[in-house]
Amino acid sequence: MSAYKDIAWNGIWKQNTILAQVLGLCPLLAVSSNLVNAVSLGLATIVVMMLSNFAISALRAFIPYEIRIPVFILIIAALVTGIDLAFNAFLHDLYMVLGIFIPLIVTNCIVLARVEAFAAKNGLRAATFDGLMMGVGFVWVIGLLGAVREFVGQGTLFSGIEMIFPQLSGIQILPVEYPGFLIAMLPPGAFFVLGLLIAGRNWLDSRANQRTREQRIHHQADHANSVPA
Amino acid sequence: MSEPIEIAHRESSVLRISVRTAAIMLAFTLVFTALMAGTYRVTEPLVAASALTEKLRLIGEVLPPGHYDNDLMADAITLSPQKALGLNEETRLWRARKGGEPAALVLEAAALDGYSGRISLILAVDVEGHMLAQRVTAHKETPGLGDYIDPKKDRNKTRPWITQFSNLGFDTVPQKKWKVKKDGGRFDQMSGATISARAVTNASGRALAWAVEHRDKLFALPANSRFEESKP
Repeated sequence: MSAYKDIAWNGIWKQNTILAQVLGLCPLLAVSSNLVNAVSLGLATIVVMMLSNFAISALRAFIPYEIRIPVFILIIAALVTGIDLAFNAFLHDLYMVLGIFIPLIVTNCIVLARVEAFAAKNGLRAATFDGLMMGVGFVWVIGLLGAVREFVGQGTLFSGIEMIFPQLSGIQILPVEYPGFLIAMLPPGAFFVLGLLIAGRNWLDSRANQRTREQRIHHQADHANSVPA
Repeated sequence: MSEPIEIAHRESSVLRISVRTAAIMLAFTLVFTALMAGTYRVTEPLVAASALTEKLRLIGEVLPPGHYDNDLMADAITLSPQKALGLNEETRLWRARKGGEPAALVLEAAALDGYSGRISLILAVDVEGHMLAQRVTAHKETPGLGDYIDPKKDRNKTRPWITQFSNLGFDTVPQKKWKVKKDGGRFDQMSGATISARAVTNASGRALAWAVEHRDKLFALPANSRFEESKP
């Protein structure tokens, strides 16, 4: 069970696809200009990562080491194409909204990275769970990035939600006269916000490290005091 | 003594491994290509059906029902691929009539110079040469940036970008002013995403000019006939 806890912790924080591995920047930067788009892409990515990890883990005994990369790419591309077509055929309304994101997932090298680093070496259940958790790690970071950019860039949150849930509508947080901050909406803004998020993660991690180090020193000091030589 | 034999042996095993690996790669390629082809075959009719439903809905958006009283679906003709409309394939053109008199044409067009390739349009042009309205039917513009050309994605819900073309013709906006403001024309664009707006604006200008030029011939053709590009 603790192996699964490790997988979850790796996906969400320690080996987070965006904050730690800094992978998959192409769709990340392109689609994170608002919260709804960002989370939609993230959810589609979860589906693809779970399926691709599952498929490769299932087929891993048949894939020779020397040609694993082209085979992985072939399988991932076929899966994404299949999902794209099936979505279009069976969930057309949702496809009209999210369809544009699905081909973008192929450009996300994190899918290949997890297949290569994890699914090709692990069992079905662990591999699928790893895909899920890496996807969850992707969703929360891209969602946060989208929320920050949307808020700074246009003063709203959840704009465009009516395309998915027609009864809901976006929230205007800053006054309507807020002129917007275009650079937050453009790719440079995505880089700035992403840089701040990575810095924030490093800060939290280094603070946690320092605290454990201090605790250890305290321990040693207490120990030295209580047992005089 | 045994050396040449060993080399020969090693060479043959290298060859054998290469052939085996190539065969496995080929097998994977065949299986997954077949899977993709199968999915495509299964989903194709469903995809085509939903595309048709979507098209009917879009026709309703560009041409309000009050503008005509004929059976639009029956009064249609096929266009040969029209380069002037940016089209490389046959399309349908619907003719709206009111009291038997020509009222409007509904046609498809495409801009091939979008930021991410082709942008498909549908537009209605009335008999006086005014564009009643136009809509984007398919595009791949950047989400959150260039996709405001689609009113569903436009943040301005009260007056989406695409509606500024409604009811304009070359009498109100001269043809050489049928451009985005950045190119010295009449139409707004959003800063940072001019390419999408420029592509739609220019394509709609070309389509309007084409519709005005061929209007009489298009209305005169019998239903379900085929319009061939008149050779100059």
